[in-house]
Amino acid sequence: MRIGVLALQGAFAEHIKKLDELDVESFEIRQLGDIKKPFDGLILPGGESTVMGKLLRDLELLEPLKALICDGMPVFGTCAGLLLLAKDFSGEGTPVFSSMDIKARRNAYGRQLGSFCANADFLGVGNIQMTFIRAPYIESAGADVTVLSETGGHIVAATQGKQLVTAFHPELNEGHGIHKYFLEELR
Amino acid sequence: MNERYELNKNLAQMLKGGVIMDVTTPEQAAIAERAGACAVMALERIPADIRAAGGVSRMSDPLMIRGIQETVTIPVMAKCRIGHFAEAQILEAIEIDYIDESEVLSPADDKYHIDKSKFAVPFVCGAKDLGEALRRINEGASMIRTKGEPGTGDIVQAVRHMRMMQSGIRRLTSMREDELYDAAKELQIPYDLALYVRENGKLPVVNFAAGGIATPADAALMMQLGAEGVFVGSGIFKSGNPEKRASAIVKAVTNYNDSKLVAKLSEDLGEAMVGINEGEITLLMAERGK
Repeated sequence: MRIGVLALQGAFAEHIKKLDELDVESFEIRQLGDIKKPFDGLILPGGESTVMGKLLRDLELLEPLKALICDGMPVFGTCAGLLLLAKDFSGEGTPVFSSMDIKARRNAYGRQLGSFCANADFLGVGNIQMTFIRAPYIESAGADVTVLSETGGHIVAATQGKQLVTAFHPELNEGHGIHKYFLEELR
Repeated sequence: MNERYELNKNLAQMLKGGVIMDVTTPEQAAIAERAGACAVMALERIPADIRAAGGVSRMSDPLMIRGIQETVTIPVMAKCRIGHFAEAQILEAIEIDYIDESEVLSPADDKYHIDKSKFAVPFVCGAKDLGEALRRINEGASMIRTKGEPGTGDIVQAVRHMRMMQSGIRRLTSMREDELYDAAKELQIPYDLALYVRENGKLPVVNFAAGGIATPADAALMMQLGAEGVFVGSGIFKSGNPEKRASAIVKAVTNYNDSKLVAKLSEDLGEAMVGINEGEITLLMAERGK
C-alpha cells in the first residue's frame, strides 16, 4: 500500500510521520512527475487552501488528481484539504476538486485567536481530542454524505464514498485513530 | 506547555513550505494572495523604504492593517518594535494572526524583549544563531525566522544566520548529555530547551528564512539550507513585475530541489530589486535585539 501526500505547502510532514508510525509507505506529491507510479490513496494536508489550489493548477496536478478522486481513489482531507474537496462554500471560497457534496465555511471560527482544542465523539473511533487552527466547518452536507463528528453544533468530520474530511488536524494530536479509520477504507 | 502556545505553534506548522510576503496596501495584499502567499505581513513601509527614509520606524496604523485583514482570507501578520509590549497589545486587540517582534522597526527597549508568554496571539522573532532563537522561544515566540539583513536584497546575512543556527543545532546533537549544562549556560538558555534540540535535532518551533530574499534561486538556496519556508519583504514590490516574481518564488519554495523547474521559474522575471551590498550599508538591523 502506497499513500501519496500532497506536499505543495502546509503540514504534510506530520501526516507522513503518522503513516510512518503505522508502517505505511508514503511519498510526497510536489509535481506531476511524482504521480507517475501507481498509488492507493491520497492525503490532502492542512495549510492554506488558496496556496494549494493555485499550485495544483500551476503545476498541472489538478486534473490528474481530480480524475483519480472521481475514479474512487480513497482521499483524506484535513482542514485545507477539506476545502479542496468541497463542492460549495458559504461566503468566500473557490471550488478546487469539487468532489464532495458539502458546503464549507472557510475560517469559520475567525482569526487565530479563535483557534481551539476540543474533545468530541467521532463515529466508529470514539472520543478524541481535536485541534482546530483557523479552521473551517461544514455548514451542510448532501444526502450521500455521512456525518462522522459534530462539535459546537457544527459538522467537523464527514465521509462520502471513499472521501474522508476533517475540519481539525488529527496529524497534530496523539494517537492514530483517524489515520487508521482512513486506511481501513483502502482495504 | 499551555494549550494556547500549542495552537500558536500549530499555526506556524500550517505555514510551512510557504511564502510570507510584505505588503503595504490592500491592493498589494490581493496580488500577494493571488500569487500564492501563505500569509501577508502588513506594514506601512517595506524595509527598503524604511532604510531609505531613516528616522524612527514604528508599528503600522491599525486602520491600514484592518484594511488588509478585510481584503484577504490568508493569515495577516504585523510588526511591533522590539520590547514594545503596548504595540503588541494593540495588534492583539485587532486580532492579528501573528505578531513579528521585529528588528526592522526601531527597538523600543535595548535590554528586554516582550514577554510573549503573556499574550494569546502568536509571535515570530528574528534570530542570528541558535542562542538567540532559543532565547526568543523561551520568552514565548512560537515561530523563528533568520534576521538576514532586511531591505537590502542581499542574501548573505540570511545564509550566515541559517548556517549558524544549523551548525549550532548539529553541535548540540553531538554532545554528551552532561555537556549540555555548560552549553545551556553558554547559549544563555534553559537546560530543557538545549535538551529538546539535542534529542530532536531541530528547534521546537518552525524556522523560516528572512531578510534579503529577492529571487527564486535565493528561496531555493534557503530551503536547501534548512529553512521551512521564507519571508519575502522588499524583494517583491520593489521589483519590475511583482506578481510574476511572487508566483515564481512560491513555486520555487515548493520544488526547491528541482533545479530544472527553478531555472524555468527564473526566466524573464523583469528587473529584480536593485539591492545594497552588506558593505554599503551603515545600519545593521540584525544587530538590534540579542
